[in-house]
Amino acid sequence: MAKYESVIGLEVHIELRTKTKIFCDCPADHGGDPNTRCCPVCMGMPGTLPVLNKRVVEFAARAGMMLNCEIAHFSKMDRKNYFYPDLPKAYQISQLDHPLCEHGYIDINVNGEEKRIGITRIHIEEDAGKLVHTDGGSGADCNRCGVPLIEIVSEPDIRTAAQAKAYLERLRELIRWVGVSDCQMETGSMRCDVNLSIRPVGDTNLYTRTEIKNLNSLKHIAAAIDAEKARQIDETEAGRALVQETRRYDPEKDKTYSMRVKENANDYRYFPDPDLVPIILTDEDHARFRAMIPDLPEERLAKYVNELKLPEATAKSLCDEPALANLYSAAAEQVQQPKLLANLMLADADAVQIPAEIWAELTNLCAANKINRSAPAKLLEAYRESGKDIPALVQELGLEQVQDTGLLNSIADEVIAANPKAVADYKAGKEAAIKALMGQVMKRTKGAANPQEATALLKEKLAKL
Amino acid sequence: MKYSEMDIAALSALLQKREVSARELAADALSAIAETDGTIGAYLTVAEEEAYRQADAADEMLKSGTAGALTGIPFAMKDNICTKGVRTTCASKMLGNWLPVYDACVTEQLKKAGAVMLGKTNMDEFAMGSSSENSALGVTRNPAAPDYVPGGSSGGSAAAVAANECAFAIGSDTGGSIRQPASFCGVVGMKPTYGTVSRYGLVAYASSFDQIGPLTKTVADNAKVLEAISCHDRRDSTSLPQYDTNYSALIGKDLSGMRIGMPKEYFGEGIHPQVAELVKNAAKQLEQAGAVIEECSLPAVSYALPAYYVLCCAEASSNLARFDGIRYGFRAEGIEDLDQLYRKTRTQGFGREVRRRILLGNYVLSAGYYDAYYKKAQQARTLLIRAFAELFAKYDLLLTPVAPTPAYKIGEKSNDPMEMALGDICTVPVNLGGLPAISVPCGKIAQDGAELPVGFQLIGPAFSEAKIYQAAAAYEKSGIAAR
Repeated sequence: MAKYESVIGLEVHIELRTKTKIFCDCPADHGGDPNTRCCPVCMGMPGTLPVLNKRVVEFAARAGMMLNCEIAHFSKMDRKNYFYPDLPKAYQISQLDHPLCEHGYIDINVNGEEKRIGITRIHIEEDAGKLVHTDGGSGADCNRCGVPLIEIVSEPDIRTAAQAKAYLERLRELIRWVGVSDCQMETGSMRCDVNLSIRPVGDTNLYTRTEIKNLNSLKHIAAAIDAEKARQIDETEAGRALVQETRRYDPEKDKTYSMRVKENANDYRYFPDPDLVPIILTDEDHARFRAMIPDLPEERLAKYVNELKLPEATAKSLCDEPALANLYSAAAEQVQQPKLLANLMLADADAVQIPAEIWAELTNLCAANKINRSAPAKLLEAYRESGKDIPALVQELGLEQVQDTGLLNSIADEVIAANPKAVADYKAGKEAAIKALMGQVMKRTKGAANPQEATALLKEKLAKL
Repeated sequence: MKYSEMDIAALSALLQKREVSARELAADALSAIAETDGTIGAYLTVAEEEAYRQADAADEMLKSGTAGALTGIPFAMKDNICTKGVRTTCASKMLGNWLPVYDACVTEQLKKAGAVMLGKTNMDEFAMGSSSENSALGVTRNPAAPDYVPGGSSGGSAAAVAANECAFAIGSDTGGSIRQPASFCGVVGMKPTYGTVSRYGLVAYASSFDQIGPLTKTVADNAKVLEAISCHDRRDSTSLPQYDTNYSALIGKDLSGMRIGMPKEYFGEGIHPQVAELVKNAAKQLEQAGAVIEECSLPAVSYALPAYYVLCCAEASSNLARFDGIRYGFRAEGIEDLDQLYRKTRTQGFGREVRRRILLGNYVLSAGYYDAYYKKAQQARTLLIRAFAELFAKYDLLLTPVAPTPAYKIGEKSNDPMEMALGDICTVPVNLGGLPAISVPCGKIAQDGAELPVGFQLIGPAFSEAKIYQAAAAYEKSGIAAR
């Protein structure tokens, strides 16, 4: 086996999370009963026309920039013609010879070995619908028709299943990081086709390749690559010529099977879509998109650890969720205690729903001892319900910490006088007894005492007894 | 004079003076249709209920003082333009009784203006043809001579205007489909600059050529209708941003200083000598009205017909692919698998000419032929656009025939697609260039006891509609004076 290597290129389709579809105003997210998220335009009714959603261009360009691509100044849409019941116009609006993005790359690391995988192109296109098969027959559901997609085509730079997996993982991380898709293979918002050929190690030519379609997990992709490589080697060793064809992978049998041979494939009769005008992007457009590109996830992590002095685990938790990390970065600029901010945000299950300013305000109130550490949770709950501003809620809920040392002084005296047993225990060396006294202080102040201050005051008074 | 014989301007004056109501006009027009359309066959659908509903709305507008130039005016719509709840057939078995769930932009515009739609007119199936004989749903006769074709593809719209079955009609023009039937029937037909009227709701034949326009009795009426239907529409990416749409602005102004070229290629071989003579007579009248007429040359016009047929068939093959029997319209019976569903539905649902153009279009786009046909045709289109631009540096407008011949007899050419295609030679260059052009009646040719109308064509650069109407109106006036 060692004398052959695989030459692998990947075609990845990713759904863009724009609010509306690529050519009409229908919602682009998943769900809904069949044919409830479509209109005359995405159903291709006679006389309707597509109008390009500008956000799709922006999202795709941002993805391209994140993957180090050159972004076109001139791009256009083409029609890919074929008949299928899930394709209402009988053509898919896609891009042939002027894709939006070209010549990018992704750096991967497999077992300590760095490798750069080239990206040939990224183009935008519309998704097709879905066929639903029931006992009563087959139906077409057009909800997905017109959902915006990008197709990311890699150079044939990948040699192993491990490299393919690393490429896809990094691709997913970067696209999620730039915020244009959630890239979930299980829901189909990320899909992958594998192009694979083999050649003797040392040979630089390209030979007949096959395409494996409909792979829906990283595990299956890796297994399909190994199975197809083995099959191609067997065929070659047995002296049988390989044919260019589309194959599918059966995980049960761990084998690939022929779906259709290329000669029988469709002739898509591409031509420029006369209903749409060319996409012209100016230098200003490029600059606008560029300004939306974040630093790399690992750069962000390093910044959190080195500059903001977050523990590595905390920094990683933030960076796992791109939206959370972006929110954290925005809020961190407005606070003195970034670690406190991180802890507050990570303690909240739905932190991304709260604006950065609110997080900063809560952090700063805690840091200044104006509220205690249990107050933010209560304030967030009240904020979610009422939307009132934080100072008003602090007032309303009586969460302001008691800063009045005179009042605290007299409460401490009362507590010491009323709890001789706890006092005696403490004096006898049971340090934990101070907690009982603290509990009383908090109770009498309705939780508004600053715990550090109150503890210090109690200790001071007890020492004098 | 009967209401049905009056032009828009006259009817509008009566409506404004409250001498007649929109409802009475609608009733009058519907009875004119009932009386004559049995012989003419201009309409595929007469939408009586819809017409009265719209007439009542128009009467409200007249009462409330919000009426405009078209309020209460009865009109006919070509049957490839979507009308919500009124069947839209494209004169094809394929669409049968399809009821659109939405109004085309032009339908909305006319409703807004208070115009009253009487019904939908016959045409060549999916606008493919020049005689309306390719309709799967009926024959339309030329009101000037019932044995003759009305032209096409907007033959029903032209015939409806000529037969006084409406005050104006809406057509669509991909390669001459407004202008040629206007010429054959003796009415005024305008194909505006590409992008002037939204294509949203026009069932596409060839998207980069298709343009909606008016057919009317007079030039002034034509400008008024175009003013009502043109707008910027965000639902059509090729719709132009709003520019000056006061198309009537120059009507009545004299033509002194206007330079009009007559490209000699339009008067050569294949052009009926009497057609050439009538157009040259019109030139003299334009000259008398103050224009400077000169012979010029447009050699690139020889590429027009082949380039047009390659490109429009290519676009049609894709535009008409959606008629697959899955979601709406006709579906063949006795289907065993998906492949059969497509093949039988499309073979039985489309007529011969439509199938021919789909096949041609698929051929020129197929792998290995694209460069030789589609790409070359696009290059020819660019050459022609440049050649027009050069001429328009010297001339305000160009004067040509609309069609090489007057109307021919029903059945005479229907088995000769090549000869039929040659009839488009004078009109298709305009669509390749996206230019505005008008057809104006300029006389009649006597043939076999029939008097067959003939029109001339005035072509202008993009956005020159006002100037075209100015010249056409000046001619029209001199013609009336001459009679």
